[in-house]
Amino acid sequence: MTGSRSPFPRSWSDRSFWPVIVGGCVAAFVMVLSPLAAIIWVSFFENKIISFPPTGYTFDWYRAAAAMPQFRDGFFTSLELGLVAMLVSLVIGVPAALVLARGRFPGREAIQSLLLAPLIVPGIVAGAALYMFLIEVELASGVQVAMTFTGLAIAHSLIALPWTVRLVTASLVGLDPQLKEAALTMGAREFTAFRLVTWPLIRPGVVAGALFAFIASFVDLEKSLFLVGPGMTTLPIVIVNYLEWSIDPTIAAVATVQIAIISAGLVLTDRYFKLARAF
Amino acid sequence: MSSILIRDLVKRHGAQVTVDRVSLEIGQGEFVAFLGPSGCGKTTTLRMIAGLTEASAGSIHFGTREVTNLPPYLRDAGLVFQGYALFPHMSVAENVAFGLQMRKVDRAEVRRRVDEALSLVKLAHLAGRLPKELSGGQQQRVALARAIVYKPEVLLLDEPLSALDAKLRTEVRTELRRLQSALGLTTIFVTHDQDEALSVADRIVVMSAGRVEQVGTPREIYQRPATRFVAEFIGLTNLFPGGLEGPGRFRCESGECFSTGSTDVPPNASVLAIRPEHVSLLRDDPAPGGACALAATVEDVIYRGALTEFVVRTASGAKLAAHLQNTDLGRDELRPGDRVIASWPADAPMLF
Ligand SMILES: Nc1ncnc2c1ncn2[C@@H]1O[C@H](COP(=O)(O)OP(=O)(O)OP(=O)(O)O)[C@@H](O)[C@H]1O
Ligand SMILES: [Mg+2]
Repeated sequence: MTGSRSPFPRSWSDRSFWPVIVGGCVAAFVMVLSPLAAIIWVSFFENKIISFPPTGYTFDWYRAAAAMPQFRDGFFTSLELGLVAMLVSLVIGVPAALVLARGRFPGREAIQSLLLAPLIVPGIVAGAALYMFLIEVELASGVQVAMTFTGLAIAHSLIALPWTVRLVTASLVGLDPQLKEAALTMGAREFTAFRLVTWPLIRPGVVAGALFAFIASFVDLEKSLFLVGPGMTTLPIVIVNYLEWSIDPTIAAVATVQIAIISAGLVLTDRYFKLARAF
Repeated sequence: MSSILIRDLVKRHGAQVTVDRVSLEIGQGEFVAFLGPSGCGKTTTLRMIAGLTEASAGSIHFGTREVTNLPPYLRDAGLVFQGYALFPHMSVAENVAFGLQMRKVDRAEVRRRVDEALSLVKLAHLAGRLPKELSGGQQQRVALARAIVYKPEVLLLDEPLSALDAKLRTEVRTELRRLQSALGLTTIFVTHDQDEALSVADRIVVMSAGRVEQVGTPREIYQRPATRFVAEFIGLTNLFPGGLEGPGRFRCESGECFSTGSTDVPPNASVLAIRPEHVSLLRDDPAPGGACALAATVEDVIYRGALTEFVVRTASGAKLAAHLQNTDLGRDELRPGDRVIASWPADAPMLF
């Protein structure tokens, strides 16, 4: 086939490359998913000392985890924090996104790139900064905020906010401003135009922003590390603390519950809004 | 179904004046075309009439009702956007029904009028589709149906046919024109296509750099362009820069001297224009070298079927285009290099 003249000598469309691509994808998936699969598997092991192969399978570790107050409290604290963070980031994030996507004012680009900062700044650094800030607030006002639910709620709202703003902004950027104008010329008042045209088109982004805000808060470890106190600890930190002293399938059971909640959140989010569009 | 009266309309974007003191009177049921180069302010003017862009100065009336400061939803205008702006989450029928629903028309009537509007644009069979499932031309026709279905007081069309192929374009245009006169819809139709403007409009508004250059019937615009810009923009024109040299005589920069003909001549005329179809070419005729005759050499010949386009060069080096109708089957063919005499009727020259 010396006569064949493709612009790419051996292009991606060349079928002989397919095994390589497929193989690469499979390898990547295996690498990402095998630790998760292992944890889920271990959570059903019968023996207390983790060893392969297991002597049998059981649900006991889930019962044990649920019975342990530190896991129960951590779980509910994380759940509440996630919901508060979600609410706050919606109330502040949606209007902020509307302004960032539509408005024209100096510093708009700067704010948009600043919102990417949480992806760049190491979590532990941000956590330390938050801690110091809350201590300063405490010193200035005399009200304790660090190591309280309020302090954690503030921190988690800050963790969640950039995600909500980014997701809602992404859904607005793809929205033609003339759609609303068309509704107005056809006789719809501002609010009707928003309700019938703008809202249905940005709703997926808002729902995704809310779900993602919850997930970002629910999985956070580093940023909360300095802010938790006795009786006020999030689930990821409880897990880390427990791991310091013992490794048994209880921890695998807790992690499995956590993985299930996060996956459900992500799958739901992606159903409403293709996450790939936001980044 | 009311007249539109625009007085000294201005739009400034910062220091830039996008629309500059536009004044216009459009009669009830009239079909007016806005014609002008890209960026001359057609869309901006339309948006001010629709109420989507705030006017910096001036006034707009629909009939006796002043609408200058009314929000768009109180104006009762129908607008077809240059980019269609169909609602992506609504079906074709829902898109078309929107304006009627805002007017609280009852359900049966909505359905009847949506069907009517869709069959008008030949899309009745696609009523259930989403906009993204349509071709560009089909989307454009939905946008048109959506704007006319509620019979707005004024219909504003921003290049509503630009995505259609030539045949469909003529069909929809004819249909639109028929409907427009039947309903007596006062219509402004923005177009880039001068043939389209000339063939469908009652009157044409030629715009340039935010200003109205001329308003007139297609015939007036073409035959009596008010400015050099209009003469150059509409149709093809031969231009000879130069100056007046005594009464009735125009001296070109290239050296030729032409009679100014019978048109009114502005005292400081600096350019003489002649339409190519007014020029006739005769082979090497030793005719009396009258004021309107010129010896030239054929440079280029393009056969176009109904007519042939010639480019000839005069002795002084000036280029001249001539379009000759191919009515005489026996006429001997002129070829590049042939020597000819170019001439035109005495009243053909236009001076600016
Ligand atoms: N929001 C705006 N801010 C600044 N300048 C603007 C704005 N809107 C329009 N302009 C300018 O106003 C001028 C006229 O624009 P307009 O859209 O009315 O042109 P148009 O005649 O419709 O052109 P086209 O035929 O290409 O659609 C352009 O030079 C454009 O750059
Ligand atoms: Mg335009």
